[in-house]
Amino acid sequence: MQKKIIKSTIILFIIFIIGVFFIGLNKNSIYDTKNLVGQKIANVQLEHFSENRIITEVDLKKNNFTLINFWSSWCSPCRKEHPMLLKLNKEKNLQLLGVNFKDKKINALKFLRDLGDPYNVLARDELGKHSINFGIYGIPESILINKDLVIIKKFIGPISQDDYRYIKNIVRK
Amino acid sequence: MLSNIGNTLLFLNILLGISIIYLSLQNLKNSKILISKKIYHICLFQSTFILICFFTLVSAFIISDFSIINVYENSHSLKPFFYKFSGTWGNHEGSLLLWVIILTIFSFLFLLYNKHHPKNYRIYSLIIQNVLILGFLFFLFFNSNPFSKVLPIPKEGLGLNPILQDPALAIHPPLLYIGFVGSSIYFSAAIASLLTNYSGKLFAQSIKNWVLISWSFQTLGILAGSVWAYYELGWGGFWFWDPVENASLLPWFAMSALLHSLIVLEKRNLLYFWVIVLCLLTFILSVTGTFLVRSGILNSVHTFANDPSRGVYILVFLSLMIFASVLLFFNKFKNTSYNLNSNSKETFILINNWFMIFYLITVLLGTVYPIFTEVLTDHKVSVGPPFYNTVIIPIVILFLLFMSVGPQIQWIKNKFYNLNLFFKILIGSIFINFSIVYLFKGYSLLSNFIIISAVFLVISSLVDLYKSYKKIKENYSRILSHLSFGFLILFIGLNYNFSIEKDFNLKLGEKKNFENYSVEFKDLRLEDFKNYKAVIGEFKIYNSEKNLNQFLYPEIRIYENPSTITYEASIRSGILKDYYITMSNIDRSDYYNIKFQKKPFMIWIWISVIFISLGGFLRLYQNAKKDY
Repeated sequence: MQKKIIKSTIILFIIFIIGVFFIGLNKNSIYDTKNLVGQKIANVQLEHFSENRIITEVDLKKNNFTLINFWSSWCSPCRKEHPMLLKLNKEKNLQLLGVNFKDKKINALKFLRDLGDPYNVLARDELGKHSINFGIYGIPESILINKDLVIIKKFIGPISQDDYRYIKNIVRK
Repeated sequence: MLSNIGNTLLFLNILLGISIIYLSLQNLKNSKILISKKIYHICLFQSTFILICFFTLVSAFIISDFSIINVYENSHSLKPFFYKFSGTWGNHEGSLLLWVIILTIFSFLFLLYNKHHPKNYRIYSLIIQNVLILGFLFFLFFNSNPFSKVLPIPKEGLGLNPILQDPALAIHPPLLYIGFVGSSIYFSAAIASLLTNYSGKLFAQSIKNWVLISWSFQTLGILAGSVWAYYELGWGGFWFWDPVENASLLPWFAMSALLHSLIVLEKRNLLYFWVIVLCLLTFILSVTGTFLVRSGILNSVHTFANDPSRGVYILVFLSLMIFASVLLFFNKFKNTSYNLNSNSKETFILINNWFMIFYLITVLLGTVYPIFTEVLTDHKVSVGPPFYNTVIIPIVILFLLFMSVGPQIQWIKNKFYNLNLFFKILIGSIFINFSIVYLFKGYSLLSNFIIISAVFLVISSLVDLYKSYKKIKENYSRILSHLSFGFLILFIGLNYNFSIEKDFNLKLGEKKNFENYSVEFKDLRLEDFKNYKAVIGEFKIYNSEKNLNQFLYPEIRIYENPSTITYEASIRSGILKDYYITMSNIDRSDYYNIKFQKKPFMIWIWISVIFISLGGFLRLYQNAKKDY
């Protein structure tokens, strides 16, 4: 009898642990950015860079595609990708949302004045907290979404010539 | 081409595994005393094929065959030869192949070296082991195939993560795998022993060398990982209680407990079911560790890029393993009552086991606790060093005291004729402790206790050594391991207490003074290397007490493939202390952030661990000599 109780307790305990592991496995971890593609963006709340308002999903639905680009004036790879962003700005079906990441306002403005401003909308994330919700590790990173706010692709590191062509193809389709 | 060879060999191995199980079942039915020669031959083929399969992958890495995804993702044609080679197991698929190799070779060797044990026991071990092999082969072949192709064939690979390009890390996985994958063989043997009722002394003899092998290698593997973390990660420590480190430590606790209780089983024919539990637990913990690391369920510094289907597969496999062994265990479990005298070697060995299980549960809890809170309460927590340090360190003191006394106790019933001696040793340890504290200047109650108990163990082991030398008893291996463990804790205690750590910002040409030291930023230069560029700083450390100059050269490395920045610590290792400097650039400033550390007795921590594991190898050597 005693043996049976111990046995069933242990088995129930193991089932519990394995169950938790299983649920844990299917839970999406924000830090795991590999699974982002195909997911929908929700609860967007970003501070506008110059106007006193909050950028929400509505701003992301204004065009067929939106490229959310995370950048900063102190990040040198961001300079490298900047010409690509300027070229992408000419695409009709695409709008660019820039998120200025952990940056000083004066430096950011100088950066855009010197190199050109490719962004249709510019947001500011001074403490870098909102960017984490997008699964951003470091910058530059960019996320391409469609009108339904579904993530099509995530670019880690600067946008390259290949990435540019890829985005162009998708947007023009 | 290589991809096809590899896949064919993997498939052949699956077939061989199935045929071994089939032939073994056939062999069980006939009444011959010997295992048929055919099974030996197939096992030999199985081991040979899996090795060839592995070398196929190695050569794909060496010749940079980027038509294979795995090579493309983890190698680069400009990478040094050594890292092309070790890159083979620096990724999920390749290391899983290493898993299967060790499962297979251990299976063959266990069959070969246990000829004087009964046929049924050996055959069942072989069957269970092959079920494990098949489980992992299927996983390898269908889910994590290291030979998958990529089209069109890329011209260049993505490169191996630079922080994995380190000699310590190149040998770390093989050592660790021999340890925890090696434990599969006594998992299989334990199940076979339950199935065939082959218990007691003889069972203990059949697995003891395998436990020793896996324990010794596991110890070295953990050491290599720790050395890597110290030299490469640039955090200035050697143990961080990271989930992956814990995953390697958990089976080690179970193995250490098993190693000790196996002695009781062999000498006194007691604790059989407890030994079985530990055998099963060790391998289950190894697979659990693999699950935690590979499934991406935990976020950690060195989890591989992950894919949820892997996690599900390992979890299903793990559950089957656990349920099968738990059910079988309860089915066969008989309540055996034995009277242990509280003052006997058996009891002291059991006390060791309690400690080991205590550490195991503590570390396991700390490791999986974040998963539980996240799943059950949707709350993210992280369990860090403070938890482990507070729970584990005070218990280590008691553990060391028992460890010192235990080996001197006799079997069955002990008479305490040596109480007087222990008292003298204790007084001596306290004296040594206070002279250390006086010399180094520094005080904390807990660390005093740690040092006293560690010195107590060291002296007791030395006394033990002297006694065995006079009596010519063959227990040098145990004394060696225990003595080194005492030294390990002693050096960790000293290191922890007498380290200096300073964090400050410096510009080129500036100087920082503190205590007896000054750190001067002398020079900064840019150099090109084969697979990276480096910004190298030159720092002069001046010790005013000894009037001694030392130069250190920390680096900021910029790798191209994949493009990554790493901060390389510059470490000057000495016999008595290490100097350690890392430098990192501060955005938009000429200043560099400098982390300076003086860490006493670092080398001795490594050496102690090497000697702990040498104790295991020495015992193995003695056992081998006895057998032949």
